[in-house]
Amino acid sequence: MSTQTPQPSQAAPDTTRIHNIGYRSYDGPRLGRSYARRSLFSQSLRGAYGLGRSAKSKVLPMLLFGVMCVPALIIVAVAVVTKQTKLSIEYTQYAIFLQVVIGIFLASQAPQSVSRDLRFRTVPLYFSRPIERADYVLAKFGAMASALFLLTSVPLLILWIGSLLAKMDFGTQTQMFGQGLLSVALLSLLFGGIGLVMAALTPRRGFGVAAVIGALTISYGAVSTLQGIAYGTDNLGAISWLGLFSPITLIDGVQTAFLGAPSSFPGGEGPGAGTGAVYLLVVLALVAGSYGILMRRYRKVGL
Amino acid sequence: MNVTMLGGCVKGSDGALWKSRRRDLDRPREKDFRRELPYWLVLLWSDKDRAVGWTTAVAHATTVEDVTVIATESLSKRFPRVTALDRLSLDIGPGVTGLVGANGAGKSTMIKILLGLSPATEGRAEVLGMDVRTSGAQIRERVGYMPEHDCLPPDVSATEFVVHMARMSGLPATAARERTADTLRHVGLYEERYRPMGGYSTGMKQRVKLAQALVHDPKLVLLDEPTNGLDPVGRDEMLGLIRRVWTDFGISVLVTSHLLGELERTCDHVVVIDGGTLLRSSSTSDFTRTTTTLAVEVTDSDTHPDGTAALRAALAGAGVTLHAGVEDGLPGAGHILLLEAAGEETYDLVRDVVADLGLGLVRMEQRRHHIAEVFRPEASPQHEDPQHEEVPAR
Repeated sequence: MSTQTPQPSQAAPDTTRIHNIGYRSYDGPRLGRSYARRSLFSQSLRGAYGLGRSAKSKVLPMLLFGVMCVPALIIVAVAVVTKQTKLSIEYTQYAIFLQVVIGIFLASQAPQSVSRDLRFRTVPLYFSRPIERADYVLAKFGAMASALFLLTSVPLLILWIGSLLAKMDFGTQTQMFGQGLLSVALLSLLFGGIGLVMAALTPRRGFGVAAVIGALTISYGAVSTLQGIAYGTDNLGAISWLGLFSPITLIDGVQTAFLGAPSSFPGGEGPGAGTGAVYLLVVLALVAGSYGILMRRYRKVGL
Repeated sequence: MNVTMLGGCVKGSDGALWKSRRRDLDRPREKDFRRELPYWLVLLWSDKDRAVGWTTAVAHATTVEDVTVIATESLSKRFPRVTALDRLSLDIGPGVTGLVGANGAGKSTMIKILLGLSPATEGRAEVLGMDVRTSGAQIRERVGYMPEHDCLPPDVSATEFVVHMARMSGLPATAARERTADTLRHVGLYEERYRPMGGYSTGMKQRVKLAQALVHDPKLVLLDEPTNGLDPVGRDEMLGLIRRVWTDFGISVLVTSHLLGELERTCDHVVVIDGGTLLRSSSTSDFTRTTTTLAVEVTDSDTHPDGTAALRAALAGAGVTLHAGVEDGLPGAGHILLLEAAGEETYDLVRDVVADLGLGLVRMEQRRHHIAEVFRPEASPQHEDPQHEEVPAR
């Protein structure tokens, strides 16, 4: 085969010529699959808050982050000034009260994270590199859940620090703070999974946003309406079972049963430990299911 | 060579610092011949660029050409309803290799298998000496891939995008940034690389796609239809760039196309597949560079109302082999004279004859035989295939 080899293959001393061809090869380390997965994770997590993206895309996530924190700051300020002995909101209730903000954050950022790669067909570029399908899905899932956890746990941290400034009981506050963190961690995983599945099934970003909002609000609206009817008709047993059918009531049920939270269900009729176990199982199954669906989704995308 | 010894380093006349190394023979691209070096041979290695030089006259580097980059052995891929590849055996060495076939001939399936993303139904394939079934991740670390379709998000800049892709290939953050700047410069993107890619022309997008395939300094790049959607000038530039990927960067290339014509200038070797089977695999120089066809066009003058006919007669008298046929179907074909150029003297002869006749020479250019003719031996050599665009050789 007649080829021009890039290296001068033979050279006498007096005829040696060094061509400055300008191309530098790379001899440094290649950090491989786990590094690539971590890079994708941090890129996606930063992207969820608009970091490394245009100034315009920072506005919404940062605004929502602010909206999440402001009530906590107000509560803390009031507690410190008026020297309350107890915060006016439970740690575990905070995310439930601000679920709309979390929903908007998820609806805007989940499509950003996965729909763009699908829509602009960037996914094949990932899979032509050392990472595999599971790495991609894990990195995206992890990043979305971490972004949500950041969004929901920072206000709790503010509340906890505030409670200590107001000289409330350290032990009780810390225990409740821990329970709150567990609850929002579960919430982040569940919401992250649902949001990504919705977004991954709709390559168009607008549809993704609508699908996520729809999945969260319609299910919550339906469940709370039915629960209201059940409460009105004195059908108290049905209330806790109905709670299984929307993400936010699922979290509410789990924390009522296991994390000492007061229930937001009508009449405060939260599930007990037995029903609560079903809640927890459903949450875990949904998280695992989301992962499974994402894995399936990306099997076809390959190249 | 103008070098001065400075401790363990050599300072070249261009100011570049050349380090001498006997060890560090870890770069696999050069490994094959460096391993055989006697210890007293000093390899010069620049910190500026990758050119290497030798300090002794006896450096007979064994070639890197007998290394196989891609090897397949009765590789088959069957889907429930179609057979994409049918017992394909190939042996592709370093250099630029063209993979030609009509749409659906199995080119993309082949690339998927080579990247270890799709298991073959039977047979085996090796890329850079690694089995695609067991070493997919290692292969993908050292191979670049440029897809046929659009794959660039419009709202990020080329720099950000390529840096991210470099990190996805395992390059540490600083190296990723350096390599990105270098690679984008090499593919010809300068200030515009900081702008969002949504505003790029097709040519610029193709360059970014090529850059992301090259950014991790692979040993092989797989380019799927890189000239798709480009205008003739962009096409030429892309083909030139692909040629440089091998000649200047030392990266082997497998480029697919459904146009035979455009590969003849770029590739050292062309593999033609059709319906998943191998039609032919051969070196381009074997069949396109043996004889040259010259196309000559002249003006008419008062003394010679039909300049072409006059020139034809004069050249025939001077003993030049003229092709009887003209390029049918092309505009102005009747005015173009095709003749066989035996060597340099034919050019001079044509010039002199045209001058003697007092005609104006409109053009005189080389026309290579088309690969298409070679693959269709029954086609008459006098007739250019009108379906393929004319490609004047440079």
